[in-house]
Amino acid sequence: MDFEKQFVELDSAIKEMRQLATEWGDSARQELKRLKKKRQKVFYETYAKLTPWQRTLLARHPDRPYTLDYINIIFSDFIELHGDRKFGDDSAIVGGLAQLGSHKVVVIGHQKGRGTKENISRNFGMASPEGFRKALRIMKLAEKFRKPIITFIDTPGAYPGLGAEERGQAEAIARNIYEMMFLRVPIISIVTGEGGSGGALALGVADRLLMLENSVYSVISPEGCAAILWKDHTKANEAATALHMTAQDLLKLKVADEILKEPIGGAHRNPTMMAHIVRRAILRCLAQMSRLSEDKLLEDRYRRYRQYGVFRELVE
Amino acid sequence: MDHTLWSAAALSELWRNPVWFKRENKPKEKIENKKLQIPQGLWIRCKNCKEIIYKKEVERNFDICPKCQYHFYISAQKRLSLLYDQGEYNTFDDHLQPTDPLKFRDRKKYRDRLKEYAALTGLKDAIISSEGTIGGYRVVICAMEFGFMGGSMASVVGEKIVRGAERCLAEKIPLITIACSGGARMQEGIISLMQMAKTSAAVGKLAEAGLPFISILTDPTTGGVSASFAMLGDIIISEPKALIGFAGQRVIEQTIGQELPPGFQTAEFLLAHGMIDMIVDRRQMRSTLIKILSFFALGPPPQGPDGQ
Repeated sequence: MDFEKQFVELDSAIKEMRQLATEWGDSARQELKRLKKKRQKVFYETYAKLTPWQRTLLARHPDRPYTLDYINIIFSDFIELHGDRKFGDDSAIVGGLAQLGSHKVVVIGHQKGRGTKENISRNFGMASPEGFRKALRIMKLAEKFRKPIITFIDTPGAYPGLGAEERGQAEAIARNIYEMMFLRVPIISIVTGEGGSGGALALGVADRLLMLENSVYSVISPEGCAAILWKDHTKANEAATALHMTAQDLLKLKVADEILKEPIGGAHRNPTMMAHIVRRAILRCLAQMSRLSEDKLLEDRYRRYRQYGVFRELVE
Repeated sequence: MDHTLWSAAALSELWRNPVWFKRENKPKEKIENKKLQIPQGLWIRCKNCKEIIYKKEVERNFDICPKCQYHFYISAQKRLSLLYDQGEYNTFDDHLQPTDPLKFRDRKKYRDRLKEYAALTGLKDAIISSEGTIGGYRVVICAMEFGFMGGSMASVVGEKIVRGAERCLAEKIPLITIACSGGARMQEGIISLMQMAKTSAAVGKLAEAGLPFISILTDPTTGGVSASFAMLGDIIISEPKALIGFAGQRVIEQTIGQELPPGFQTAEFLLAHGMIDMIVDRRQMRSTLIKILSFFALGPPPQGPDGQ
């Protein structure tokens, strides 16, 4: 990542100076001190004012923790469930039964791959209809046994492929949105990385939407938007700003309820710490919602989505 | 739309000098280039079969190509007048106007685009909400207008569909939507995406109340509209040869690195893959709706004094 390069350069300079320090003594030691200070300053300054495009790059960082990383740290006794019972098992989405403290929950999320080989088998976290239908099947299971649903959102979007279209990508997404709206159990969604349009929303109709500090959620990728509106896909930087797609934007637009602070430099610099922040937030939301009746829960959820929209009513 | 237009002058020139008889080797493009420069005319070229057809004949034929039955784009207003009894209906929620919540600006301001399309279509946004009777059955029809920013869905479209559904709930009548849209509107960002959830939820409320929802798909129905209310109809009807799908064709081609098979993402393709109930010719759409409405009207009698 471009803006991460400067730290790598500074780090190597520091390393060199440290070796020299033993030979040269005081003057080198002072230089080392100066370099260390500079690195810290640059580091904090960079992450204190990230642009929307830089946040998008962080949200897509290849070292960023993914759904299974969170599951492994946050939950105990995860039992993964497979298949949509209709066509296949899409590994771009994982889901199963898990324990969180005293809570039995169902957890589902997009799963990107670590490295090329796994990414190909996970299809880079881009789900096909089977994936969404598997997710829905597991959510229905949660409803049947009255267990809360936790979803992790991290996808470039639903897979734009031949087979996906043949098997009803549009219908699969629509069905998930529709069904999630009326599931009689609490739903908590956490955008951990990229919230890519319909593919994200198909796991994201929730009572609480939490977003990691450097996560993004958008109607279209900045590259796609730039290609269509600017006729130039290299204008992704501008598009990312125009789309208002960062966690901070979504909090202002009242789509996200809460921002989960990341370790400085991004979630990938301390996945364990990040996972514990996420864990605490989930527990807090579960506690809030356990007080609500099912009817109240559904009423609130409907009202939440009913009110999205900004328009003017002219006097007739 | 990109119909090739012929003027009377060009035609008479061709009539006097029928180049297609004598000069086989003359490059075809040259004639076509000439035709493209002619702004208006009595003849149009069919987008599907490429035949030259008489414009009046097409208009008389519900804007359907008499040669290949391709259904040309027609405005939402025209669609409504073809469906309602005597072509009469009332519109509602016309007073909802889009704003620019994100102060969106690409090469052009969103605000300016809105003004432009409003002037072009006479509408405030890409949808008309209407109420009237079809075969005597009272219905609400929300018809999307492709001519307004590609029929894209943002705050106003979402709100009008939801209010349309709410009117159906209050009056206990069926909802019909006519989709004609490229998907969610980028210029309202995440708020547009949320309209997918909002409209799907409203459709769910109709289901809870036992009211029928008929979704009509026309060319094109893609993206966030196909992936929300449009694919959730109790009955889903499409016009012939309409493009229907989630992802855009260019995106798919780029992703899979190969050309798409002919007929991919057409109404016929969706029917074959079990995604829609039926394909109905525009000329039979009204009579088909009447049949469907009469079936649902035979269900449990509506409660309340003002029930149908």
